[in-house]
Amino acid sequence: MKKSQRHNVLPGFGLTLGYTIFYLCLIVLIPLSALVFKTATMSWGDFVAAVTAPRVMASYRVTFGAALLAAAINAVFGVLVAWVLVRYRFPGKRLVDALVDLPFALPTAVAGITLASVYAPNGWIGKLLEPHGIKVAYTPLGILVAMVFIGLPFVVRTVQPVLEEMEAELEEAAACLGANRLQTFVRVLFPVMLPSILTGFALSFARAVGEYGSIIFIAGNMPMVSEITPLLIITKLEQYDYAGATAIASVMLLASFIMLFAVNLLQKWSRRFAG
Amino acid sequence: MKTLIGKALLVAALATSIPLTAFAQVNLLNVSYDPTRELYQDFNSAFAKQWKKQAREDVTIKQSHGGSGKQARAVIDGLDADVVTLALAYDIDEIHDRAKLIPQAWQKRLPHNSSPYTSTIVFLVRKGNPKKIKDWSDLVKPGVSVITPNPKTSGGARWNYLAAWGYALKQKGGNEAQAKEFVRKLFKNVPVLDSGARGSTTTFVQRGLGDVLLAWENEAFLAVNELGKDKFEIVVPSVSILAEPPVTVIDKVVDRKGTRKVAEAYLKYLYTPEGQEIAARHYYRPRDKKVAAKYGKIFPKVKLLTIDQQFGGWRKAQKVHFADGGIFDQIYAK
Repeated sequence: MKKSQRHNVLPGFGLTLGYTIFYLCLIVLIPLSALVFKTATMSWGDFVAAVTAPRVMASYRVTFGAALLAAAINAVFGVLVAWVLVRYRFPGKRLVDALVDLPFALPTAVAGITLASVYAPNGWIGKLLEPHGIKVAYTPLGILVAMVFIGLPFVVRTVQPVLEEMEAELEEAAACLGANRLQTFVRVLFPVMLPSILTGFALSFARAVGEYGSIIFIAGNMPMVSEITPLLIITKLEQYDYAGATAIASVMLLASFIMLFAVNLLQKWSRRFAG
Repeated sequence: MKTLIGKALLVAALATSIPLTAFAQVNLLNVSYDPTRELYQDFNSAFAKQWKKQAREDVTIKQSHGGSGKQARAVIDGLDADVVTLALAYDIDEIHDRAKLIPQAWQKRLPHNSSPYTSTIVFLVRKGNPKKIKDWSDLVKPGVSVITPNPKTSGGARWNYLAAWGYALKQKGGNEAQAKEFVRKLFKNVPVLDSGARGSTTTFVQRGLGDVLLAWENEAFLAVNELGKDKFEIVVPSVSILAEPPVTVIDKVVDRKGTRKVAEAYLKYLYTPEGQEIAARHYYRPRDKKVAAKYGKIFPKVKLLTIDQQFGGWRKAQKVHFADGGIFDQIYAK
């Protein structure tokens, strides 16, 4: 046992661990601790007042609610896209594959302006929805649309490799043993895919919660209705209220961390369930 | 090894210093707000020519544009701005309050409250003015949709809001309570609050939302000229606000960089007939009487309230109206 540890493929455990910790400190922990220090300049009472103001509470509901919903939508339709891309051959497949990454690459402001122009009452899609009384741009629904847009690649790209590794024989074996399609999917395929779906869900959620650039153009930004939390942080900064801004930011950070941690645990559990 | 690095550094240092001495080149950074981009492009090249004649020195002026508040924060956080030319005095006040980069009485240093040009708030309506919008009182009527950015995030929007407030106060028997009710009704008619002035212009012009856009006069002219005289009209209300976008040298920066002389000359040039002419061409109201007379046809006469007389200065206006829990927040509270 000892020997095998020494003959690790990558030597220099001490050095690499030291480097990892140093790097994480530099890139992640130091900026985040600055956030905490800045927040610490306010008293506890001020902090609570700042993070529980009615407008801020409304923005949590909008942001986290829409982000959860968007991640759920992406988890379903992202898996579908990944499935089609892995299992079928069709002309233009590579093009479609590349399209999936576009929300990654597009500057968020461009995405926001594009979405707003398409879904505005005079836009291509907005024009069709308007007569039915459905308003997308400048309503909470617009926030959801933007979040789904930016979150899609996360699910597709995490599920895709798992699907690629999954052998078609697995399904054939299940069929041979008398499972119908639904059973094959629920009992055989889904458990294997679940951990990666959860990862994609978590990434998509985290991205949606932190998104500012694209949402701001389509949200309408009405107080108590369609204001996202990052906008309130900007609003505080605009008043040079750095402490208030970081207070809200630290609440978001904590909430996101708890969510991601929970998803991680869930993932672990689902892996055991699959294995 | 060490000597090699030392030599390399020396060579690098020499290489960078040679052009400085040979060409007498000087760099300025002007940190400004969004709609002044085109104005300062023109103005910078005019000033560079003038400075070459006057001081035999090549001056390159870099521009930085963004929301006024964001730009002020960048300067506070260490952006090396030689001069700032922002949307409102409040943002420059903060540069003194938070970073002590300028003296408190910075606004007394140049004529006209350090604002070489002014602007005002006007209405942009769709061609033919289908909703018959003539004055502020038309904006609170039911069924009229008003587009303005969010006063919490946009300097321009604060001018819009204060202009509306000032109008309500000036009505017969107008008082604070009525003014508050007036702006509450007005913002009830606002379907979208963009974060900045350009965003609102896009919402109104490109997305086709709203019956009227509250805009900087220069932005309104730009929209009409660039996007179609056949689509939009400018309506000037009976009362509006005198928007004074101020300018100042950032003392700590120019003293460190040794650019005080050219930076001060740069701002003073804004007040010369040439500078005023350029401002007027970009639809900013000039201070110079002669230039103003020349462009009198473009800028209609309107009764203009000032922030100092009507609202007791920016610091007070900010605190009363736009700070958290201020009147703007109250009109949205349920």
